[in-house]
Amino acid sequence: MSTHAQAHTPVPDAGDAMPSYYEIMETAVRELLVEKELIGAGEIRQMLEVMDTRTPALGSKIVARAWVDPEFRTRLLANGRATLEELGIDFFENTQLIVLENTDKVHNLVVCTLCSCYPREILGLPPDWYKMKPYRARAVKEPRAVLAEFGTVIPDDVEIRVSDSTSMIRFLVLPERPEGTENFTEEQLAALVTRDAMIGVVKASAPGKEKSR
Amino acid sequence: MTMMEKSRAIESVWPDIVKAEGAEPSFQAGDEIKISMRFPVGHYRVPTYIRGKHGRVEAVVEPAAINNEDEGFGRNAGVKRHYYRIAIPLCELWPGYAGAKNDGLRIEVFETWLERS
Repeated sequence: MSTHAQAHTPVPDAGDAMPSYYEIMETAVRELLVEKELIGAGEIRQMLEVMDTRTPALGSKIVARAWVDPEFRTRLLANGRATLEELGIDFFENTQLIVLENTDKVHNLVVCTLCSCYPREILGLPPDWYKMKPYRARAVKEPRAVLAEFGTVIPDDVEIRVSDSTSMIRFLVLPERPEGTENFTEEQLAALVTRDAMIGVVKASAPGKEKSR
Repeated sequence: MTMMEKSRAIESVWPDIVKAEGAEPSFQAGDEIKISMRFPVGHYRVPTYIRGKHGRVEAVVEPAAINNEDEGFGRNAGVKRHYYRIAIPLCELWPGYAGAKNDGLRIEVFETWLERS
């Protein structure tokens, strides 16, 4: 419900601001590619449509399936991409997928120090903090301090394993299944798996702390 | 069947074939390596923080791939080579690292950046 004052607060329309250097460069390259008939304008729109269907909900389902189906989990850990392709999830980038299993001995954390490599096929677009320099620089240098800022304290006898995606591989963290979920259905389990848990900055949510949709 | 097992199965059927350059990985899991200490001009997908550091090959990444750094600069990359999943202890990367001594980095590095150590 907007108050009178809020109703009169001027809100800038999208597109009012001057385009940035990189926006101008992107427009110029895109128009050139279309003009030279290397891509069609429709292909960009189609790719956006593909990306819109990829959200962390897909990753959550994959994790929940791995928790309830040991045979699927084994195959997923052996070859992430091939196993998901069998389910009909296509990989539009020329990358492999390594699924990293968290255990009581190892906690995995994913970062891309060079840019923003991310398993977009199954998690969609990365969060802003994942693309920003503080996270990228600190995740490989002081992962325990970064995790603590996300509220995740990992005991010293648990090894922290930071995977830096630089080229061909994308990573999905398979979090530990929370205690007290023995009788949960696959759907109930999926509700405990947040995007952040699949990047490795937090653990899967405890029962009763399901993510809100 | 892994790519390696497949390739061994084929070898047993065709023992005489000679593999193309780069078809077989030059390093294997467990090999001790050093990341090259080189600073070519341009953007290379080997972050500077790992250059010159010592580590170990954890796994060979299949399939083999073209050298995207050559391709990225408009040069034909020629034969394919492998990427490797490399393990480097965080205390090797950061002198005075404050976390646990077992904490480590995993990163994929193209064959042309690896030296035996």
